[in-house]
Amino acid sequence: MAKTKTNTEDYLRMYRQMVRIRTFEDNANQLYLSAKMPGLTHMYSGEEAVAVGICEALKFTDKITSTHRGHGHCVAKGAEFKEMFCELLGKEEGYCRGKGGSMHIADQSNGNLGANAIVGGSMGIATGSAFTAKMLGKDDVTVCFFGDGATAQGLMYEVMNMAALWNLPVIYACENNGYSEYTKTEEIAAGSITARAEAFGIEAHQVDGQDVLAVNALTQKLVERARKGEGPFFLELMTYRYHGHHVGDINREYYRSKDEEKDWKENRDPIIRFRTWLVSEGVATEDEIEAMNAEIKKDAEAAVDYALNAKYPDVSEVDMHVFTDIKHALA
Amino acid sequence: MREITLSQAVNEALAEEMRRDERVFIIGEDVAEAGTPFKVLSGLVEEFGTGRVVDTPIAEPGFMGIAVGAAMTGTRPVVDLMFGDFIYLIMDQLCNQAAKTHYMSGGKLNVPLVLRTNLGATRRSAAQHSQSLHALVAHIPGLKVAMPSSAYEAKGLMKTAIRDDNPVVIFEDKLMYQDKAPVPEEEYLIPFGKANVKREGSDITLIATSSMVQVAEKAAEILAQDGIEAEVIDPRTIVPLDEETLLKSVRKTSRAIVIDEGHQSYGITGEIAARLNEKAFYHLDAPVLRMGAMDVPVPFSPALEDVTVPTPDGVAENARRLMSGEMIHAA
Repeated sequence: MAKTKTNTEDYLRMYRQMVRIRTFEDNANQLYLSAKMPGLTHMYSGEEAVAVGICEALKFTDKITSTHRGHGHCVAKGAEFKEMFCELLGKEEGYCRGKGGSMHIADQSNGNLGANAIVGGSMGIATGSAFTAKMLGKDDVTVCFFGDGATAQGLMYEVMNMAALWNLPVIYACENNGYSEYTKTEEIAAGSITARAEAFGIEAHQVDGQDVLAVNALTQKLVERARKGEGPFFLELMTYRYHGHHVGDINREYYRSKDEEKDWKENRDPIIRFRTWLVSEGVATEDEIEAMNAEIKKDAEAAVDYALNAKYPDVSEVDMHVFTDIKHALA
Repeated sequence: MREITLSQAVNEALAEEMRRDERVFIIGEDVAEAGTPFKVLSGLVEEFGTGRVVDTPIAEPGFMGIAVGAAMTGTRPVVDLMFGDFIYLIMDQLCNQAAKTHYMSGGKLNVPLVLRTNLGATRRSAAQHSQSLHALVAHIPGLKVAMPSSAYEAKGLMKTAIRDDNPVVIFEDKLMYQDKAPVPEEEYLIPFGKANVKREGSDITLIATSSMVQVAEKAAEILAQDGIEAEVIDPRTIVPLDEETLLKSVRKTSRAIVIDEGHQSYGITGEIAARLNEKAFYHLDAPVLRMGAMDVPVPFSPALEDVTVPTPDGVAENARRLMSGEMIHAA
């Protein structure tokens, strides 16, 4: 693995954040399976090194846009379990007061501009956020997370064109998990994905999305350059989605084999790889890592418990927040 | 009082607001040196520069998306959509993103954005450059919709729109850009949700939007010759809608015609008529009549196009029939 962050604290925080994402998702899946969660959710498990490697290269004031598979980005940008599980269950204390749910979950105070349930729908928003930074002379960088499926949307090419024309500080982060919903990426994407960005003169990189240090090292360099006005940039992060398109997508053999899933989980898991590296480099002992895992598990269980018992928003909130200045839109 | 054109009024509103607030900028196709095909923006780039009067490629979803993201992060974009007909191209960014962001975030994110575009047929521009599509956006919770009916209205409503923290869509009638009206030199704003009683009368209420206000006023003059006193009301904004003023008038006159240039079916006229029926039924002496544009794509030939929109004679004729107690079945 490539070395980048140089002190123990940084490495352990990255590990912790990856485990927090995996643990959050395991609990979310259980909430679905036990019919305690309304609706469906899209698991980020397997892709943790992407969100963490990137968000650990960002400042608190930098912005991100997220996707329907957005729990990982939300955790990585600094959100707390309690408010996240409350949102997942539609409770008043959720980050969006229960109005967003899994597909719109975001801790807005950390620069997360929202998870978007329209595939590719946030590409304009991310580019616009970078436009603001340039116009107001701020040095914020915005990262636009999206999947390989979104590369088929026309909006991406419209906004990359403008971002390149105007040198906007935006990094397009394509999480290529191999599947566009229930279809192999190779069946929906002609040619090369990075070449599409390069056609606009945008510097593009392909990186192993299961290697958190590689993702982090590259992102740190690009973020620094984007701050200086050298953007935009494009990243294709090669990763894998352990679960189906959503939690209800259980029988997947018609589009991918169990052997393939097993291979990624056993041989390329980002958390196992990083853990092995931390131990072999003497950054942490097995015992310390086990203790960290146990603590995160306990935190998550406490947050789930809290959220299950938390109250729903009062029904009078249904027509609040339609407009900023009209308290009840239907009154 | 001095008289200026509607085009000059919009230009003045934008210039004043851009001087007042450096976060305000204009983005769209050919808005800078060209000043738009209608020359509404001429001179603005000279004063504010290309950093705030931003020419884009022909990519409506792209620049609309950028504006949404820019608005969410601290600027106040005025998006210039060259023809109202192009609104179909930006529906996702307008209706799934801009309109819902405040609500989905539980009130934490705002989208202070103005979309300025136009409507209106009889310019011999055929079916893709003549539509009046305000009903489409008025249908979507989270969007405010303003319909200026003169230069005075256009300036005051535009300034209010720019200061509003919500997404506002403002439709100018493209046939009225050269129409002059008295506009004070000193600053004024026109509040949203306050209808304007243009002419008082006791026999029938004519509720009209945008350029249909002129049509209604002419119809009222014709009717006055027959001794019928029509009250003409311009709602100014259809979201929010000043129901109170409309109901007060109809309770007085007992009859109403709603005139609007959008297609009649499933449109603004039907919505307003329904509200009057629901809330003033026992005051009505006749069914509320709808007069919208014909439910056909706008034809090119003048011989065909001119019959698709409401005219003063048509309104006056329908008013006479309502007054005589004749039941009218809309075409």
